[in-house]
Amino acid sequence: MRVIVCTKETPDTAAAVDVVEGKATWGDAPLVINPWDEYTVQEGINLKEQGASTVTVLALGGEDTREAIKHALAMGCDDAALIADEAFAQVDSLTVAKGLAGGVRQFDDVGLVITGKMTTDANGGALPVQLGRLLGWPTVTYVAKIQSFDVDGKSITVERLVEGGRQIVTAPLPAVISVVKEINEPGYPSFMGIRKAARAQYPTWSAADLGLDADLSAKVDWTNLEKPPVKAGDAEIISAGSVQEAAEQLADKLMEEKVI
Amino acid sequence: MILVWIENSGGQALSVSWETIGVARSLAGDAPVAAAVFGPDAAAIGEQAIARGADQAFVCDHETFTAYRVDPHASLLAELAQAHEVTTVMAGATTRGTDVLGALSVDLDAGLITDAVEASTEGDSLVAKRPVFSGKLVATVTSPAAPHLLTIRGRAFPQPEPDESRSGEVTAVDPALSEDEIPVKETGFEAASGEISLADAAIIVSGGRGVGGPEGFEPIRELAAVLGGAVGASRATVDAGWIPYEHQVGQTGKVVSPDLYIAAGISGAVQHQAGMRTSKVIVAINKDPDAPIFKLAHYGIVGDLFDYVPALSEAFKKRLT
Ligand SMILES: Cc1cc2nc3c(=O)[nH]c(=O)nc-3n(C[C@H](O)[C@H](O)[C@H](O)COP(=O)(O)OP(=O)(O)OC[C@H]3O[C@@H](n4cnc5c(N)ncnc54)[C@H](O)[C@@H]3O)c2cc1C
Ligand SMILES: Nc1ncnc2c1ncn2[C@@H]1O[C@H](COP(=O)(O)O)[C@@H](O)[C@H]1O
Repeated sequence: MRVIVCTKETPDTAAAVDVVEGKATWGDAPLVINPWDEYTVQEGINLKEQGASTVTVLALGGEDTREAIKHALAMGCDDAALIADEAFAQVDSLTVAKGLAGGVRQFDDVGLVITGKMTTDANGGALPVQLGRLLGWPTVTYVAKIQSFDVDGKSITVERLVEGGRQIVTAPLPAVISVVKEINEPGYPSFMGIRKAARAQYPTWSAADLGLDADLSAKVDWTNLEKPPVKAGDAEIISAGSVQEAAEQLADKLMEEKVI
Repeated sequence: MILVWIENSGGQALSVSWETIGVARSLAGDAPVAAAVFGPDAAAIGEQAIARGADQAFVCDHETFTAYRVDPHASLLAELAQAHEVTTVMAGATTRGTDVLGALSVDLDAGLITDAVEASTEGDSLVAKRPVFSGKLVATVTSPAAPHLLTIRGRAFPQPEPDESRSGEVTAVDPALSEDEIPVKETGFEAASGEISLADAAIIVSGGRGVGGPEGFEPIRELAAVLGGAVGASRATVDAGWIPYEHQVGQTGKVVSPDLYIAAGISGAVQHQAGMRTSKVIVAINKDPDAPIFKLAHYGIVGDLFDYVPALSEAFKKRLT
């Protein structure tokens, strides 16, 4: 049974992001695998101990995306596929989901698709459920732990984080899950892994290869991008004589702000 | 019609759902706003939604909604959206709200704008602003044609007060899916400890590596308790195992937007800021006057948190009792 892990490239989270001519820029900061997807990839690899035969990394994006794929292969994925097409250059999450669903359908032995909780650039978070619904597979989001992954019985039991607690649910396979940070400790790519990843050959699919001739235009567009308004000046530093005086002063100011 | 999915948590609506009704009202113009309430006590919550500004409510108190699963919600919303001339479906940008409208976007083949902090209409278009790149930028997102799907960030919009004199029709509807048609089954639920959850908290007191160890969170917890707030934490403390992940604020934790955020012993790394920068008032307590958190904070104290946090608890105890 194959497990597919989905990832994409995002600018390094420590990068100073700016807007130039309406487009986001991050200077010469590197693009990295979406940080949430290190958990995605690691969880796929961990499932090999529970009977997954092959872990495939699937990504949709431009040439840059090959770096994220390389990272995932170096971490231990077995193979990869890239969906790259001009048709996906400026699209929304639903269209990306259509592309990824087309990619997943290229394989006939898929038991599970794993995605991250969200991407650190678009901050969407709806992709996993969109992908699951398009495939017609049960979807369970915000998974913090896979309790059991039963390849023969074709079912999965997971703990998911929800507002107010942890929900434990069972779903038949094939299914789609999104995972949160708590689920594992991502490993570092090994030296051997990096060498293997550098040589890896994998298919690159266009929309037409996936039979996606239908309407792939985005339903929503980013029409503007700006820096958030900056707070004027630095903090007002409370520097009264004693600790108690400072605390009293700050408490008064916060009462005046009417936030308590 | 604008349809608002009310998030029903065990017979109670989340406050973000009332905020969503407020936004729907402002977007609807002359069109009606309808609340969609599924699950326990749906009819009573439907009445409350009308008091908060909805014109009518569709309610379904069926056992398939008792344990949350995305499918029954999305399928019934899709039916309602198709049966009534719905231009926009809205929900709070919670984990469930994102799930439900995400699934609905497939059924309606409609664009989804998540996590909006501003929203307006321009002709037939829906235009919203939302933070992207972990709050470093703000995108204006336009959905040119109905149906529009929109989730709104909690605490970003005012909550309409209930007006008990309002009245409207509460219509019971049948579920779209039977239990047999829902593949996901709940087999257990562990409620979080009695502590106030970060997502709903109006006040958050957070500790960072400066607390020095698990017991260092004690003064933080005490101040949070005095203020009736929740306890937050930086990733450094979660990674060190001093406090569970549920408390982590930031890019790989929770994104919060309380009225008051007190950061004690937190340097203010960009990834931490990503989770709290939209808080209304930010207070920083840190030994290091050059800590980046002071650039973001409104009020700061340069000093030892083990002196100032307990002193603040005392100062507030006097004022609040
Ligand atoms: C991909 C990625 C995602 C991340 N996601 C998150 C996230 O979600 N949330 C998050 O918080 N971080 C996140 N980080 C980590 C982030 O970069 C920082 O490492 C982290 O926030 C630092 O935590 P801190 O402020 O507690 O610790 P430090 O940076 O070590 O700061 C401790 C501060 O405490 C002060 N201090 C020490 N003792 C005292 C005292 N007695 N009294 C007062 N002040 C004192 C020090 O002056 C210092 O400023 C992420 C990093 C990466 C790479
Ligand atoms: N272009 C893409 N290619 C592959 N996977 C993606 C892509 N975009 C998003 N994902 C996956 O979907 C998750 C949620 O992303 P989003 O909902 O877009 O914030 C990510 O953590 C990835 O696992």
